[in-house]
Amino acid sequence: MKVVNFISLLIIPIFILFTVLYGFFKKVRVYDSFVSGAKDGITVVIKIFPYLLAIFIAVKSFQGSGAFDFLKELPDRYGAFAFLNVPIEVISISIIKPLSGSASTAIFTDIVKNTGPDSPATRISAVIMGSAETTFYILAVYLGAVGIKKTKYLIPVCVISDIAGIIISILIVKLLF
Amino acid sequence: MNIIWVVLISISIIFSIINGRLDELTKSIFDAAKSAVEVSLYLAGIVSLWLGITKILDEAGLIYRLSNLFRPIISGLFKNIPKEHPAITSITLNFLANVFGLGNAATPLGIKAMQDLQTLNKTPETVTFEIMLFIVLNTASIQLIPFTVIGILSTLGSQNPSAVVLPCIISTFLSAFFAAGILFVFKRFYTNESS
Repeated sequence: MKVVNFISLLIIPIFILFTVLYGFFKKVRVYDSFVSGAKDGITVVIKIFPYLLAIFIAVKSFQGSGAFDFLKELPDRYGAFAFLNVPIEVISISIIKPLSGSASTAIFTDIVKNTGPDSPATRISAVIMGSAETTFYILAVYLGAVGIKKTKYLIPVCVISDIAGIIISILIVKLLF
Repeated sequence: MNIIWVVLISISIIFSIINGRLDELTKSIFDAAKSAVEVSLYLAGIVSLWLGITKILDEAGLIYRLSNLFRPIISGLFKNIPKEHPAITSITLNFLANVFGLGNAATPLGIKAMQDLQTLNKTPETVTFEIMLFIVLNTASIQLIPFTVIGILSTLGSQNPSAVVLPCIISTFLSAFFAAGILFVFKRFYTNESS
């Protein structure tokens, strides 16, 4: 476990060291080159900002209005997802993961605390956390960065893949544990 | 995106009226504006940092070699990218950052890849198939070791936090594969409809 942590901490510093030294020995003016590359960063972010704002407002107001809590309790109250035969906690993390990274990390921490670090709910949620992405954030940032407005069938494909990814995660945990 | 945005906003406002949480809602909206600025500032730093680093690698010629190495895989997937195009490199770097779980490098490199892919786009306001494939593979998030998850598990006393690594890998690859499959299915129907 400690080794894994250490390696994960090491990757970025080693990569940067390697880049700087490699460039230096290839006679690149490393400092000037870094600066000229970095100057485009701000323009990109300015372009992304309005898209980011739009997504954040939608997601945060969804949380603030209580709609999110309702969605979380829905399976509990009506047994709506009982046929799936999965712990209810898994449903809430599945719904939140595509919307918000920080909220899903918070919910995941709650699940681990409430159901125990080796419970089935924790296992499934961990795999969902590890194999799903904050889809709408990525869509907003990537499409915003280049100003694409017409997305054809991209959004439905992303939503279907998210649902499929979650089902795959649940099945794999059920098969392996 | 249009529909999703309208649905999320309308549901939120209707819910907050029913639940009597209008003050929380208003607070959330302003919080959102604040965190959009904070995230953007953070992104500005991180994006600039990684663009600077890749520029060094670029001028040192390493990017060219790296893309030579990965060209067969990337070109196999993205058929409409010319062999010498920089998009191959930025896509490679983004995938590598994803695989190694370098979340804060993956987004900037993904933005770079989007810009490179966009130079091949003849209709700049509409997505191309290559762009869709790139985004779909990114949202499926191919990742080898989920460091954040393992971190939380081990802090909270799991007996064997790395037990989730294997299921994560299997699931991440299967869902990426599946996602790409769905995209290809949609592509077929879409072209059939328009022709």
